[in-house]
Parts: sequence; C-alpha cells; structure tokens
Amino acid sequence: MHQLPQTLVSGLALGALYGLIAIGYTMVYGIVQLINFAHGEIVMVGAFGALTIHLWLPGVPLGAALPLMILGGVVISVAVATAAERFAYRPLRNAPRLAPLITAIGLSIALQQLVWAFYPNAKKNRDFPQFHGNAFQLADNLHLQRDDVFILVAAPLCMLALGLFTTKSRTGRAMQATAQDPDTARLMGINTDRIIVLAFAIGGAFAAVAAVAQGLHIGQISFDMGFILGLKAFTAAVLGGIGNIYGAMLGGVVLGIAETSSITYIQDIPGMQQLGGGGWKDVWAFALLILVLLIRPQGLLGERVADRA
Amino acid sequence: MTAPLLEVHDLRIAYGKIEAVKGITFTVHPGQVVTLIGTNGAGKTTTLRTLSGLHPPLSGTIRFNGTSLRGIPAHRIVALGLAHSPEGRHIFPRLTIAENLQLGAFLRKDSDGIRRDTERAYELFPILGERAQQPAGTLSGGEQQMLAMGRALMSRPKLLMLDEPSMGLSPIMMQKIMATIAELKATGTTILLVEQNAQAALTLADQGHVMETGRIVLSGTGAELLHDESVRKAYLGED
Repeated sequence: MHQLPQTLVSGLALGALYGLIAIGYTMVYGIVQLINFAHGEIVMVGAFGALTIHLWLPGVPLGAALPLMILGGVVISVAVATAAERFAYRPLRNAPRLAPLITAIGLSIALQQLVWAFYPNAKKNRDFPQFHGNAFQLADNLHLQRDDVFILVAAPLCMLALGLFTTKSRTGRAMQATAQDPDTARLMGINTDRIIVLAFAIGGAFAAVAAVAQGLHIGQISFDMGFILGLKAFTAAVLGGIGNIYGAMLGGVVLGIAETSSITYIQDIPGMQQLGGGGWKDVWAFALLILVLLIRPQGLLGERVADRA
Repeated sequence: MTAPLLEVHDLRIAYGKIEAVKGITFTVHPGQVVTLIGTNGAGKTTTLRTLSGLHPPLSGTIRFNGTSLRGIPAHRIVALGLAHSPEGRHIFPRLTIAENLQLGAFLRKDSDGIRRDTERAYELFPILGERAQQPAGTLSGGEQQMLAMGRALMSRPKLLMLDEPSMGLSPIMMQKIMATIAELKATGTTILLVEQNAQAALTLADQGHVMETGRIVLSGTGAELLHDESVRKAYLGED
C-alpha cells in the first residue's frame, strides 16, 4: 500500500499522455468513421518538430524554449495531419472502408521512413531535452517528476479548451452536428469538409503536446516512437468508447493507471513474479482492453448506437 | 403569373447505374404549395436530395430564384434560400432542441432576428419551447417532426421542402402537422411537399405531380388530382 499514491500519480501522468493522443483517434472516428492508423506518426513528427526548435535555440533554458517547442511541434503535426486528410483520405471518402484503412497504414510506414531517411541522425534515437533538478517531494512516499507536472497541467488545459469549444462555440456545435448526422449538417449550411479538416487539426495539435510530454519523460525520441504510443492511445480510445472525447481521456487514464499498477503489484502476487515489472506492462494493458470489451463492447462511455428513424 | 421560384427541367438522377429519376420537369411559383406524390421508390426523396445538393444530378437543369444550382455544394444552397426538412426527420439527437433550432439558422448573423424566429418556432410548436433544453433525441416522433420543420424554417427559406412530414405519425399527430403546413401556406410560405398521404397533400396543394418509377405521370391542381379517378384508385385506396 506504501506504493499506491506513487503508482496512481505516475499512472495518471502516463494516462493523460495516452488520453491526449486518443482524442485524435476518437474525434476523427466520430466524424468520418475512420481509424487513422497514421496518428501515432502524427505524434512522432510533432516530437521531431519540437526537437528541431530546441536545436535552433542553443543555450536557451528549456523552460523558456518549451512554449516555442510546443508551437513548433503543433505546426508540424497539424500540417501533416491536415495534409493527410486532404490528399490521402478525402479522395477515398466514398471508397469501401478498407481502402482508407490500408492508406492509413501505408501513410504510417511512409512517415516513419521519411523521418528515418531525411531527418539528421534519425536512424538511431535522438536525445530530447529534459528538465534538470530534483523531483518535487510531496510526501515521503510520493514525488512528482518535473515532466509529470508538464503533462498533468497540459492535458487538463487541452481538455477544458476542447470541451468549451465543442459546447459553446458555433463551430464546435457544427462539429457535433457533423458527427451526429453529416448530410443533415450540410443542409444547415455547414461546410462539413472544413469540419473534418478541423477534427484532424485538433487531433494533430493534441498529438504534438503529447509528443513533447513523451520526449521530456523519456529523454529520447525516434522515428518509430509513434507505433506503440499510437497503439496504446487507440486502445485508450476504444476502452473509453470510440467517438467520445471524454471517453478517450478516461480510457487513457484507466490504461495508464493499469499499466503502472501492473508494474508495481503483479510481481507481488504469489506465483506471478515472472509476469510483473516493466516487461509485461503492455500485456496487461491489452488484457484490460479485452476484458472491458467483453463486458462493455461499446467502451466505458460509449453509447450503443440506437438511432430513432 | 410571376417568374417561377424553382424550375426543374428534364432532371435525371442515378444511384450508380440505376436511374432513379428519369427526366422530370416541374415548377414552383412563389407562394404556392406544390406536392409530389407517389409510391415508395418513385424518386420523390431522391429529387429533393438532388435539389438541396446532397446528391448530384445526371443531367437536366435546376434553376432556383434565377440561378442555376449545378455544381453548388449543399452548404451553399441553403444560403440561397432553399431549406430541406429531410425524410426521417434527422434531428440532431444529442443536441438540445434549442441547439437544433440554432443550427437551422447557422448561416444567419442577425442574432435579434434569430431570437425572434426561435420565439416564433416556439409559438408554432409550444412543446419545443417547453422542452428547449432537452436533448432532441428524447422527443417523440411527431415532436421530432415539428423540430425538423421548425429548424428548416430558421433559415428563413424562400422555399421550404418537406419530405414525408407525416411518415410514421399517429393520425392525431398527422393532422397537427398538416394543419401547421396549412398555417405556413396561409402566411405565404412557398412549399414543396413530398407525401405518401396523398389525400392530405392534395387537399393542401395548389399544384400536384404524381410520380411513378422516376417519371411524372400526371400533373394538375390539387383539386383536379384529388378527383382524378386513377389517382383515387392508386393512391387514395378506392376501388
């Protein structure tokens, strides 16, 4: 029990990171029913965008450079995400559903290979700046890493902004309308193509924030970092109920806490020493997904689709 | 007679290789109620979807208020003054009734006018006002139909297209909806009405067209069609 607070806080930070990425999956799915399997690579290019800004600002303290690094990451991720929508997915909007799915996988590989081939020294891991200084000691059994502070502030701010945007603004309401009934949204005068671009853009921006958090946390980024992050975030989106933005964040947090708990506790269960620790965390994360989907196929906050004619 | 508000000439529409509408021609003049009646699959809904830009035509011309609608996307057509209350109502179920009405006025900038028209919608359909803050999905079928009509009116259309407003409703609710359409007609609203309830539609209509498998097979005033023997046999259930 001594480890519980630390496990929960670390899980929350990890989960908030998953949740931010998961929102990109869930918003796009909610509007065009496409699983954008290249979304992990949107995170990855955001990380490299932020790193590029860092390299342009030698000697600038990380705290001062961070806003510009986030901005750089956001610009790159949004540009790549919206370009993917415009040139890869939009031409396939009325194609059989397998076509955009395969396109997404192809795009994912292409983006990885482009960064691998053309970003300087990206064939191996690249160092990402990290905060120096001690963790904040909150209690004798609870300390807070500086990079955890970043994601624990950034993720709620992003969620709050998105929540206000979708419910209070005219464009946000148009976005909800488009997700619920795209043809009828057009009859209201809503340019649904622009709403779709916006969904990709918001997902891209959140992905870049998550990318910076991941870089700060690990201290390294790589061309293939988007694969497992994307898979985890997709799991979080499904866990929370795909199409629901709050579900995506909840799914992320549940997944993050499950992961850290599995690292801390499973090795203490008699007979399961071999199945605990960091090496097995992904197994437990995906096992949780399977379990939840067996009980609630629509995810934690998902609604069963029941449209009244 | 004044210039027509809507002119449809030799309009043909296909879904894939299947031609659903095979060359129809009709006009709607300002202030008129024109109805398209006919059985399921006659092409009535397809025609409305093409007029509002949701489905591309194969050939033919559509002129609305003097402008050709060819190639204009759906979200711009509503700005020209053509509102469409679709078949099956298609309200936004998880938005509130008030939000649904606001979306009907999506392109308008005059917040005072929008507020007045919202009040007017609540006068026309008091139940919508009483339940303004509830999700629209909680309304009954007939109430959803009222919301769909109210929402379409919120764009202040020059032409209101109603697709099957009485579909699936109880007789009492159907009467209510038809009475509302009559009320709208009395205030000078121009309406293109697609209905399976031919009796009710023809009673209201200035002009009616009978569609069968993609073609207009008979046209006339509402009264003429109402008394036409073949119409009575085919659509009014008489032997």
